[in-house]
Amino acid sequence: MDSALIPEGAKRCSFPKFTIGIAIVSAVLLWGVYAMFLCWFKGLNQTNMNDYYGFALWIWADLAVIAVGGGAFFTGLLKYILKVDELKNIINFAVIIGFICYSSALLILAIDIGQPLRGWFIFWHANIHSMLTEVAFCLSAYFAVLTIEFIPNILENRQANKVPFFHHLAHNMHGVMAVFAATGAFLSFFHQGSLGGVAGVMFGRPFAVREGLLIWPWTFFLFTWSAAAFGPCFTLLVTKITETITGKKLVSDKTVFLLAKISGWMISTYIIAKIIDTIYWATVTAPSLGFSLSHFYTNNSFYGYWILITEIVLCGVVPGLILIMKSTRENPTLRLIAIILGTIGVCLNRWVMVLQIMAVPVMSFDTWALYIPSWQEIATTVLPVAYGIILIAITYRYLPVFPQEKELNSVEPAVEAE
Amino acid sequence: MFPFSFEWVWDMGHMIFFGGFWYAISILGAGMTFCILKAAYDTMNESGESH
Repeated sequence: MDSALIPEGAKRCSFPKFTIGIAIVSAVLLWGVYAMFLCWFKGLNQTNMNDYYGFALWIWADLAVIAVGGGAFFTGLLKYILKVDELKNIINFAVIIGFICYSSALLILAIDIGQPLRGWFIFWHANIHSMLTEVAFCLSAYFAVLTIEFIPNILENRQANKVPFFHHLAHNMHGVMAVFAATGAFLSFFHQGSLGGVAGVMFGRPFAVREGLLIWPWTFFLFTWSAAAFGPCFTLLVTKITETITGKKLVSDKTVFLLAKISGWMISTYIIAKIIDTIYWATVTAPSLGFSLSHFYTNNSFYGYWILITEIVLCGVVPGLILIMKSTRENPTLRLIAIILGTIGVCLNRWVMVLQIMAVPVMSFDTWALYIPSWQEIATTVLPVAYGIILIAITYRYLPVFPQEKELNSVEPAVEAE
Repeated sequence: MFPFSFEWVWDMGHMIFFGGFWYAISILGAGMTFCILKAAYDTMNESGESH
């Protein structure tokens, strides 16, 4: 039925099967859309946010998708600026994942601001002293970069590419992509950093506050570094999931090994910096503000030392070591464990830097304030996941996302599924 | 956002913040304008190379 739109030589499942799959995920999507409209029409009383939790599940989800979406800017930087040509085999998919992550982040923000019709105020009446204003500017501009990077892939659709103007436009955009990638790297550096900077400058929150360089706290640099380190892990993870579902090899081992190796070294260097930062904060910064380390990890039912050890050792040191050693990196099971742990690690870091900050008591009369999100918050957080699955399914079906697909699947597998 | 907005001040903060923003937006705008115009030119002359 839609065979004219499917890339030449590519095998895809039947259209009814594809439609049923999309319909199932769309049901989840609609659940999220319903919750989204509840938040817009009835207001933020639909959430469990309160005076303690001005930032809650949405902001964690926002920071998490931006961090894992960092694979797009970092892979683009490596491919177009540092000329690591091997990454041409995965760059399209990295851009699509980044596009999904950043559009999701903007959607979540549109729900979180409560009055989306006033969303443009942050641009028009900008508070130039706010790191969050910088985040909003860079986030929107970087989303424009991702859209520009995504357009050539759309124009390479079998039918669209027959239109001469589209064909030439895609060709010309490829020609100047390095300029867009450089702009994207510039914007990403600042918005990833400023998201960390927001936590680091909160002088009223001893759990978060850090010293730094000039106006930038160390969390500024750690956030950018962690996004560049763990973003490729998420790209590799989604690639692996797509390969498993489609039953096809989509990216060559050589490309996967290279990106895993780069990610491994980035994770290892990041985690060393993170450990130094944590030790300095625990032994110098926090005590200078009148707090001991145990204050942040005891006397509550959820946040214990386990979260610190899980984030730094289990989801930082372990994946870093697995990915930098050739023997473990090239073992499919260990590599999969490492990229899963890495993805969990960066999400956990964002959780700690958004939600544990809010939970820790600051005043002497305070107690730990734990928070459980409402179903509306959960539904709107699941919404981007359903949207992402649908967009990946559509792009995989109709666009030449993986340049090596034909070559790697010359012998058709016995069972084909999508 | 613009120098003609009432809250605009010609200070270092505004110049750095908005300078960076408009610089990035200008690069994107100029890049896309170039690609679209060149694509239109190539289409009319059919001189573009395949990639």
